[in-house]
Amino acid sequence: MIDKQAYNKLVKSKAPKSKEVKTLVLAFVIGGFICCIGEAIHDLLSAYLPIGPQTAGSLTSVCMIFLGSLLTGLGVYDKIGRVAGAGSIVPITGFANSVVSPAMEFNREGMVLGVMSKMFVVSGPVIVSGVVASIIIGFIYWVVSMFA
Amino acid sequence: MSIFLQYLQVFAVGGFICLLGQILINLTKMTSSRILVIFLLIGCVLEAVDVFEPIQEFAGCGITVPIIGFGATLVRGALRGLEETGLLGVLTGGITAGAAGLGAAILFGFLMAILFKSRTKS
Repeated sequence: MIDKQAYNKLVKSKAPKSKEVKTLVLAFVIGGFICCIGEAIHDLLSAYLPIGPQTAGSLTSVCMIFLGSLLTGLGVYDKIGRVAGAGSIVPITGFANSVVSPAMEFNREGMVLGVMSKMFVVSGPVIVSGVVASIIIGFIYWVVSMFA
Repeated sequence: MSIFLQYLQVFAVGGFICLLGQILINLTKMTSSRILVIFLLIGCVLEAVDVFEPIQEFAGCGITVPIIGFGATLVRGALRGLEETGLLGVLTGGITAGAAGLGAAILFGFLMAILFKSRTKS
C-alpha cells in the first residue's frame, strides 16, 4: 500500500512537465474565448433590445447557460473539456455542463430518481455554498449596520 | 480599435481566471465540483468587499461569465434585499438575483436529459 501523498508525488514525478504548461495555455485561451463569446452576446443584446444593463447581464447568463447545456447535450462540451480543462469548467457554461451532464447520465434510472435528483450531484455544492455564503454575508452586513 | 481593446481585456481577465483554475487542478487534482465552489466563493467575497464592480467595469464578461460572476450576483442580491426589506431580504435577495441562471440551468438540464440519450464515454 502507498498513501495518497506519496502517490501524488509519484504521479507528479512521472508526469511530463511540458504537458502541464500546455494545459495552462489551453485553459487560458479557451476560457478567455468563452468569455469573449459572452461579451459578444452581451453587446448584441444591449444593441438590439431595449433593456437595461442589469437585464442584459442576466440574459447573457441565460444564453451562455443555454449554449453550455446544448453543447453538453450534443456531446461537444465534453470534447472541449478534455482539451480545455479549467477553461471549460470555470465559466458559467461549465456550471451548465455540471447540471446537464449528470441529468443525462442518470436518465436511465428514471425521471424522478434519475434526472431530477441526480441533476444536482455535481452542481448541488455550488448552489448550497453560494446561497449560504450570500446569506451569511448579508447577515454580517446587517449586524455591522446595527452598530454603524 | 477601442472594441478590439475591450475584447482583449475580456479575453485577458477571463483567461487569467481559468488559468488560476487550471493551476489548482494541476496542483491538487481537484474535481470540477470543488473548483466551481472555490471560484463561486471568491466571487462572493469580491462582491462583499466591493471589489467586483471595478473589475467588471474593466473586464466586462471576463469576470461575469466565470462562475465568480454568479457568486457576486448572489451576494449583490442579498445586500439589495437587506436594503429594501431588511433581514428577510437577506434570505430572499440572493436566490431572487440568481434565479435567472438557476432557473435556466434546471430547465435546460431537464430538457437536454429528455432530448438526448446519454453518450457512453469514449
